[in-house]
Amino acid sequence: MITVENLTKRFREVTAVEKLTFKVEEGEVFGFLGPNGAGKTTTIRMLCCLISKTNGEARIDDYQIGKETDSLRIRKMIGLVPDNVGLYDDLSAFENLDFYGKLYECPEGRRKENIEHFLKMLDLWERKDARAGSFSKGMKQKLALARALIHETKILFMDEPTANLDPESAKTVRDFILEIKKQGRTIFLNTHNLDEAQRVCDRIGIIKTKLLTIGSPEQLRESLSRPKTEIRLAQVTEGLISALRKLIPNTIEVSGDKLIIDVTDLDRENPTIIAAITSTGGQVREVAQVIPTLEDVYLQIVKETK
Amino acid sequence: MRISKAWIVAAKDMRVFLRKKYAIYSIVLFPLIVGIGLPLVLRFVGAKQGGLSSTRLPVLMNAFSFFFMMGAASLPTVLASYSLVGEKIEKSLEPLLAAPITDSELLLGKSIAAFIPPVGAIYIGSIVFMALYDLVTRNTLGYLYFPNWTIHLILLLLIPLTAILSIEWSVIVSSRASDARAAQMQGLFIALPIAAIYVASEVRAISLDTSTLLIISGVILIADIILFFLSTKTFQREEILTKWT
Repeated sequence: MITVENLTKRFREVTAVEKLTFKVEEGEVFGFLGPNGAGKTTTIRMLCCLISKTNGEARIDDYQIGKETDSLRIRKMIGLVPDNVGLYDDLSAFENLDFYGKLYECPEGRRKENIEHFLKMLDLWERKDARAGSFSKGMKQKLALARALIHETKILFMDEPTANLDPESAKTVRDFILEIKKQGRTIFLNTHNLDEAQRVCDRIGIIKTKLLTIGSPEQLRESLSRPKTEIRLAQVTEGLISALRKLIPNTIEVSGDKLIIDVTDLDRENPTIIAAITSTGGQVREVAQVIPTLEDVYLQIVKETK
Repeated sequence: MRISKAWIVAAKDMRVFLRKKYAIYSIVLFPLIVGIGLPLVLRFVGAKQGGLSSTRLPVLMNAFSFFFMMGAASLPTVLASYSLVGEKIEKSLEPLLAAPITDSELLLGKSIAAFIPPVGAIYIGSIVFMALYDLVTRNTLGYLYFPNWTIHLILLLLIPLTAILSIEWSVIVSSRASDARAAQMQGLFIALPIAAIYVASEVRAISLDTSTLLIISGVILIADIILFFLSTKTFQREEILTKWT
């Protein structure tokens, strides 16, 4: 559905995006994670035919990004939710959607049906005649989502859709993303919200000008973080820690009454570690495996690039 | 180029203008003052001085007709600035540019929206202006002065050409301006040469007869063509997204 090969964008001497290569399959929710200025918005803008590419290739279905004759066709099949919602504050919710429906050549009957469908789905139908300028941030974001889908979009590009939203509105937006995912639409999601990426994305690419890694949240966690064992003790003393460090080669972190120990093979090493603790006088209360979060993975990868 | 797409943008922009009081006042007040105010001034000044001479009246009326040119130079600026800088402020350009519409269709739509309301208001004002002037001067002149070739040239040639010039200039200015008022102030510079022509006619350096008006039309047409290329160069998707914001 989306194929990107060595995609590069330079603004004069600044390289915003360098040699990106990835694929997004039909019906997939693909997350693009990265710090501010990593090139996420630039990538979306190139894929939405808003700005030109400097080098490389990108295709959406059979249409080529950067080819003038294909640009209009691509724009017709995609929807964009930019980081700033960009609604017309003086127009009503209905008028905002109607305007975009017309621009996307949605026939009148279908357009009105879709407007009603999405406004009802997003709990905005009762406010359809109210000025968009009178809406809260969350409501505006929902209206921007409806706008991007009004022409029965095949691919939805979203740039930080939950940034600056309160938790309740952010949840509504996330639930909506999952709902439209069920309908088989392809979603390209720019975010720096790791929790959001983990919840809604099938695969994630981490970008910092270059694509640093790509995979499902599980694959990223498994491939990039070493497992850890968390052991809660009755009491942690400096003597116990120094004695333990002499007995086992693993890295040990202390957090209150807990020891967090890096391991490579849980089944083989955990019994040795427990035995070492008890031999130095420690009393084990609880043993648990620490599952690395996407945040751990993200921070590790981004740190490695510095 | 699909005119239907441009018209969708124009209709949306005009709907937005209708909800902005400042824009409505700007568009309505000027033709109202020129269309009704000037004939009334002529009526009262004439009455006070025991009537204006039949030789002085046509010169005055031609000069007053030229006021509509000033309107054509300044009024579209108000709307064009709202239309372009307004989108910039509301940050609504990105979703709009992501829609299946070409740069030229978008620019044409915005230009139509900035052209129709002021030029329409000027035409309505000029009809009132001509009717009132004829009413006030008919007895003195012994005939109906309007309509005549001069006003035809002004209304059908000079006003559209000047309005187009004003819009093109606003597009260029809007790319650099950060708010609508600043864009309007810079946009008003285009009215200065028109005001200079009016002053030149008042001090009798030039006469606003049909041949002079045709020469002025030619000059504005050339300026229109030059600014058309400059404004289309400014109004390009990537330029708008990366440099306008």
